Amino acid sequence: MSCTQTIMDYGLRSLGYGERLLPRTDFTLCQQFTLIGSGLIWNIYFGALALIAGFFLATALALGKGARPAWIRKPSEWFIFVFRGSPLFIQFFFAYFLFLSLKGVSPIFDPFSSAWLGALVVLFFNTAAYSAEIFHGALKSIPRGDVEAADAYGMSGWPRFRRIIWPTMLRLAWPGYTNEAIFLFHATTLVFFSGFPAQQQKGDALYYASYFADKTFNPFVPYPILAFYFVLLTLAITGIFGLINRRLNRHLPPEQRRKIRLRPNLIR
Amino acid sequence: MFSFCTDPDTLSDLAWMACYLTTGKHLNFYYAFGTVLVLLAITAPTALAFGFAGASAARSRVLPLSLLGKGYIAIVRGVPDIAFFLFFVIALDQGLEYLKHQWVCPDWDQPIRQGNDFLVCQAAKVPLGTSPQWVHKTYSFFVAVFTFAIVFGAFAANVLYGAMRAVPRAQLETAEAYGMTHRQTFWRITVPQMWVYALPGLSNLWMVLIKSTPLLFLLGVEDIVYWARELGGTKTPRFTDYPHGDWRMWYFLVLLVFYLAFTRVSEVVLDRVMARLTLGQATTGGDAQRKAKA
Repeated sequence: MSCTQTIMDYGLRSLGYGERLLPRTDFTLCQQFTLIGSGLIWNIYFGALALIAGFFLATALALGKGARPAWIRKPSEWFIFVFRGSPLFIQFFFAYFLFLSLKGVSPIFDPFSSAWLGALVVLFFNTAAYSAEIFHGALKSIPRGDVEAADAYGMSGWPRFRRIIWPTMLRLAWPGYTNEAIFLFHATTLVFFSGFPAQQQKGDALYYASYFADKTFNPFVPYPILAFYFVLLTLAITGIFGLINRRLNRHLPPEQRRKIRLRPNLIR
Repeated sequence: MFSFCTDPDTLSDLAWMACYLTTGKHLNFYYAFGTVLVLLAITAPTALAFGFAGASAARSRVLPLSLLGKGYIAIVRGVPDIAFFLFFVIALDQGLEYLKHQWVCPDWDQPIRQGNDFLVCQAAKVPLGTSPQWVHKTYSFFVAVFTFAIVFGAFAANVLYGAMRAVPRAQLETAEAYGMTHRQTFWRITVPQMWVYALPGLSNLWMVLIKSTPLLFLLGVEDIVYWARELGGTKTPRFTDYPHGDWRMWYFLVLLVFYLAFTRVSEVVLDRVMARLTLGQATTGGDAQRKAKA
């Protein structure tokens, strides 16, 4: 079987299109590349949607944590603490079983017990909490002069927030937020190992990689392929976030712009 | 466990719960919390040692050694950590078996990789197929510890490498002016002073380490996640004296609370350690402490 044929058969396998049965014997390199790459679609889906939705909740939570009234501050602090202080793995498990129990209460919760929505919700809350902490740190380090200048121009409330505080916060937080985005994508690999079932073997990249490792007893091929894909993904994210960073800092002379530095380490 | 537990059907709710929570399987569940703590207690120092070795190697003036150290640090970037865990466990296992195979069965003529199979002679299995259950359990536990130590060692190496470079240059120059050798400068000046720079990174790492312990489950250790799934599942009266519905949600809630409490305690302790280490250091933190006292 030629490689193009394999790509036709398995390229969208993770979404349920193409060949129904996964390869069982005589695994070729092409099959491994195709299937693991096909699984990557799920990682991108989870990561991108959670990140976009999480961004708005994170802004709200960061403002909430910095707010004075306790009835806003306390819930935000607790939300951030709960999601940052416990393992994502346990959160997935807990959420999955919670949704399973809720299924009995009302059919509205049916889709939540499958990965595409249930895991997405968990990732959304999780990244919102982590990003909120980053944004909160940035909010606290906004130069006082900027805010005073805004006051002097007679800005207050929403205009001051939208035109001064928010852009400055983003500028300060962006390097940290880039790292958060990268590790969110890495964290998406946990989904199918934590309760959420991969129906009809529609799984993510790691799911297929471990499938091959299990079948061939040879971890030295599928995991490096997975690593290769994730390095590409990481480079793409860094590239996109770098462009946004440039846009955010476009008024500054080049040498004052904050560079994005990659920082490793973060299992959730 | 309790004397009144002989006939669970007749018990009141509270007594039933007391009996239910002290069955043999539940005791295993509680031991599993111990397993997690033991894992942390062994892994943290080992990973720190790995990290220290890696960071020192990366700073070395011998090129191969510094490349080795830098390669070790760099390997953790860009790849999901969980992939490392899944990879290392099989790789370690096969590596050990391969070495032992070369040692005990020198005249084995078949290839080890036969298509999809990894075949070594019976005597080279690690652990031996005939060995008792506890050997298998201990073995898989230590493979897990070693895997954690390698991965977290790389993280720690990264933190320590940065911390070593953060020690003010003037301190090292002073040491050289006093005629200390490279080795003396490293051990007497750099190492004692680097901790205050390393601690924020290391405490972050500790939090990450705590939160990564559920991955033990993926490594095949019977840890708290395993038992929570096992015990929480629906039980019919046919197989147990304590039938109940699907309680996995509550078991995982307990785990969630356990981890939250653990994180909180660690935060408090690490804050104190940081305050102690900052004492008298030439950093903004140290200055703030001095001013607060004055």
